[in-house]
Amino acid sequence: MIKNILNLGDAALYCDFGKDVNKETNTQVIRYFKSIQKENIEGINNLTPSYNKLIISFDLRKTSFKNVKNSIENINIDKSDNLENKKIEIPVCCEENFSLDIKRLEEKLNISRDKIYENFFKKIFFCYMTGFIAGMPFLGDLDDNMRVKRLETPRVKVPKGSVGLTEQFANIYTFESPGGWNIIGNTPLNIFDRFKEAEPNLINPGDTIIFKRITSDQYHNYD
Amino acid sequence: MINIIIMINKNYFKVIRSGINTTFQDLGRKNLYHIGIPFSGAMDNRNYLLSNKLVGNQLHYPVLEFAYQGPLLKYHGEKINIAITGDVYFTIKKNDNLINGECYKSFTLENNDILDIISTNKSVYGYLAISGEFDLKYQWSSCSINTKAKIGSNDGKKLDTDQKINISNINQNLINKKLNYINTKIENIRVIKGTNFNYFSDQGKNIFLGKEFIVSKLSDRMGMRLEGPKIENIVDTNIKSEGLIKGVIQVPADGNPIIMLSDHGTIGGYPKIGVVISADYDKLVQLIPGSKIKFKEVNLTSAETLFKLYDLETKNLISQI
Repeated sequence: MIKNILNLGDAALYCDFGKDVNKETNTQVIRYFKSIQKENIEGINNLTPSYNKLIISFDLRKTSFKNVKNSIENINIDKSDNLENKKIEIPVCCEENFSLDIKRLEEKLNISRDKIYENFFKKIFFCYMTGFIAGMPFLGDLDDNMRVKRLETPRVKVPKGSVGLTEQFANIYTFESPGGWNIIGNTPLNIFDRFKEAEPNLINPGDTIIFKRITSDQYHNYD
Repeated sequence: MINIIIMINKNYFKVIRSGINTTFQDLGRKNLYHIGIPFSGAMDNRNYLLSNKLVGNQLHYPVLEFAYQGPLLKYHGEKINIAITGDVYFTIKKNDNLINGECYKSFTLENNDILDIISTNKSVYGYLAISGEFDLKYQWSSCSINTKAKIGSNDGKKLDTDQKINISNINQNLINKKLNYINTKIENIRVIKGTNFNYFSDQGKNIFLGKEFIVSKLSDRMGMRLEGPKIENIVDTNIKSEGLIKGVIQVPADGNPIIMLSDHGTIGGYPKIGVVISADYDKLVQLIPGSKIKFKEVNLTSAETLFKLYDLETKNLISQI
């Protein structure tokens, strides 16, 4: 449930679902997101679901904070469990020149790289949200012993396909971008396809993700 | 088939100099924040709309947006009207005759005329509209180019030297139009308090709403960075990543505010100290690096009223053309 609705500037609603970042709270956010999307409320021109917030942007020429707030408070939320989610396997190669921050991770976590990979590849991830750059998925949750902070100095260029870790989350850089996540490998899979207008994102909020380790040969011959 | 291709390419511009950041823009694309794609679209919406009206187009047609230095274009084809809006210094060369351009006034271009958009004057963005339509591919119903995500017309890239800009059709009746209008500059940008306003110390809040900031060189279509007295955070310099909208002012750990602009990242993890009101957005984006900027707080009701006034003024200007 939405705990509180505030205005973010004069053309957006800031819906707060509470402080916690977990699957239950995020599932609530996604339910609201999908229900509002279906309603086609006059003037709404963007919805941004995140871990525990939903931001609703609107066209100030067509509606106002008061009107949109009223619509959201009276909306019927589809509570059925079926959120039509996919299970996706992402191949990742961890060869030396892809796992840019594996040494840093070994030092910060105080566990061997073999153990880091073992922990990472056995984990089943949940997609909380996509964004920052087009199609970038934010996946959780890593175990407590796998959590590190961002790099002190972010990279100016993180290569496309890089798989990174920060705190309880993993992400995938869908194209070359600046960024500060700890990079452990690279996927040959195209996560964001700008030519697919209907579904450009391979991974969407609510999806289940597992990573599968592949060899350098498999990576370079990946079709 | 060959005939059709010749017809399509009959009218075009040859890009002799591309300019610093010249892109096709329109109203942008909506309902894509959730997959990480921002609005984009013309940075200065009023000047975008006026440029289309001056050439007799529908207001939502694609135009060329340029920043600082614009493109140098040689025109090939049938007579066409153009209009430039903003505060722009440009010339038109007809044979050996050099004409000084005027903003908010349409000009007729003929075969072999050269349009030189030399620079914007103490402003960032200008707009070039043609009386017709550029031959463009759309993505998600918009031509707007987002160079970071490589989305939009021209394969998601800014204009390049030596490329051609094809024109698919030219309006039948070329009527010359003019508007008496001067862009006004503002130093005071009005804001509504952000959702993390209380993350900052009393001194930090006073600095934000009282002191002068300077627009940094590190500003582009994604964001505007500001420099000035540091804004002290007393709660946490990170928040759990959440959605952003244009106009949001984030303050990272270094205490320098960053304002999200039209091509912004859709999600961010820095505290939001304020949001620029919609009425002031067009003026904000025109502030060049080195400009002074001061924030003044208004409440939601005032912001809504100010937007109504801004929108009414824009509509009045459009109706005068």
